[in-house]
Amino acid sequence: MGTGSSGDDCSESIERLYGYLDGELTDERREAIKRHLDECPPCLDAFDFESELRLVIASRCKDRVPDQLRQRIHEVLMEEERRRESTGN
Amino acid sequence: MADRARFTELTMEYMQPLYTAALRMTRNPSDAEDLVQETFLKAYRSFDRFEEGTNLKAWLYKILTNTYINSYRAAKRRPEKADVEDVEDLYMYRRLSELQGLDTGRSAEEEVLTHITDDEVKQAIESLPEAFRIAVLLADVEGFSYKEIAEITDVPIGTVMSRIHRGRRALQKALTEYAAGLGLVAAGDPGH
Repeated sequence: MGTGSSGDDCSESIERLYGYLDGELTDERREAIKRHLDECPPCLDAFDFESELRLVIASRCKDRVPDQLRQRIHEVLMEEERRRESTGN
Repeated sequence: MADRARFTELTMEYMQPLYTAALRMTRNPSDAEDLVQETFLKAYRSFDRFEEGTNLKAWLYKILTNTYINSYRAAKRRPEKADVEDVEDLYMYRRLSELQGLDTGRSAEEEVLTHITDDEVKQAIESLPEAFRIAVLLADVEGFSYKEIAEITDVPIGTVMSRIHRGRRALQKALTEYAAGLGLVAAGDPGH
């Protein structure tokens, strides 16, 4: 990916991919990568894929809370509240 | 004394994501329910020590994670490796670029992102060794920062970063294997 002088920029950008997507880079490094992405369609494509994959993972990973669990939690908290009120704690 | 109504008001919105995290951690619905129930009870009991306005979500996840580590991880149902193999950067993107989509209008990457199922994603996460699984689910499913994850798991930030990065790559390898099941063909093949 990348040719000639931009090859190093590509490697460096890819190495910092996760830092960039996670918002964990310094402003300076983030700006440098942003500039590279503006000039390098293959890297931009790869970054976009990684970013979308993240969204897909988060959205597919949902589970419905069973009604009985909601109920159990409600009951357990009520019981704890009663326990406190009776012991004056 | 902690007010149950106030506690409930603030914490109920986290029940669903906590349950999802519990399922990925325990890989067992019955244990997950017990873990979430225990988490809410512990949280309620220590609610007077929680400073309102600070990071409630991270506080709840710390209780969940600690409870999991202290009480549930002992009940491992299958032996597991502690480490992941090293996988190259952009593993999934590169593998998929070598394939073509089933419809001519779409790339293999788009096909996979559209068709991958909930179960495949969940199983792929659950296939990761525990330390990597917890890091990836806190980062990618819950959106915590590296710093928050370090606090939740009580592990140095450098270690968190390494687990997230390596865990993601291992996750991509697992997801790419599912993609193979979609019947995507190698670019240049006459068709199927």
